[in-house]
Amino acid sequence: MVSGVATTRRGATFLIPRRPTLRAVDTDVEMVTRLRNGDEQAFVALVSRYQQPMLRLARSFVPSQAVAEEAVQDTWLGLVRGIENFEGRSSFKTWLFRILVNRARSAGTKEHPAAPTEALHAVDPARFNAEGQWADPVDKWIEESEQRLDAAAWSPILKAALEDLPARQRQVVLLRDVEGLSHDEACSVLGISVGNQRVLLHRGRSQLRGILEAKMGKG
Amino acid sequence: MLSLRRKDIVCQQAVELVTDYLEGALPRRDRRRFERHLRACPNCTAYVEQIRITIALTGAVEVDELTPEAREDLSELYRRWRSE
Repeated sequence: MVSGVATTRRGATFLIPRRPTLRAVDTDVEMVTRLRNGDEQAFVALVSRYQQPMLRLARSFVPSQAVAEEAVQDTWLGLVRGIENFEGRSSFKTWLFRILVNRARSAGTKEHPAAPTEALHAVDPARFNAEGQWADPVDKWIEESEQRLDAAAWSPILKAALEDLPARQRQVVLLRDVEGLSHDEACSVLGISVGNQRVLLHRGRSQLRGILEAKMGKG
Repeated sequence: MLSLRRKDIVCQQAVELVTDYLEGALPRRDRRRFERHLRACPNCTAYVEQIRITIALTGAVEVDELTPEAREDLSELYRRWRSE
């Protein structure tokens, strides 16, 4: 696998697979232009890029994989029929995801009936002493700046953890941290306020951190 | 080391402010308070780093490859939509 090295602000590095973000944005515009001219290859290129991410997002709105697939297919049909409506005021990805969310919502489903309960605390209160200070030291996940975490090895764990997040948290984390949308874009796709988005992001990231913490040190 | 000023925050509060901090959504005074806490607290510093790593690892989550069959099904749909 082709990999890149990410560096956090404090200098710790870890391996992450290269993501074609900038290139994808460029070629999205090109593909949209070609799609307007009825270019099937452009359609296939967009499908290859977005089918799975859209399914993953749709799945958080609807109760089954089959309904998610329908919503995604509806979105592609909406895209083909309405490609003239894309004016490039938002990124293509944001526009596409917004159509998808509308389709998935009108597939007539609410939150999952067995939605997991939302944690109210970023960290279990039992981890703090009576003064609100950490009772035990917090581990450094990366001890030395040369040390690397293998992102590919953590991918299946995070994937499962994402699926366990309450739907609204999962939607925000998917759009922000997996798909790399800005907070404005994520709010526009989901039709929620920036403040609400931040609360959901906070809860989602906190829970993912907790799951990673439970697994770190066991490897 | 921790000279508790009345408005200093404690760790349990700090962990609830991390996302607002990273999003640049903390009012300036709260931001300064938060950063002052981080300077004095290696545990919360490690915690913020854990959150940063969590974000980076989440960004590297892979999707399953689209199967050739699924791609072909969608291409067929496209041709049908175009001919309608």
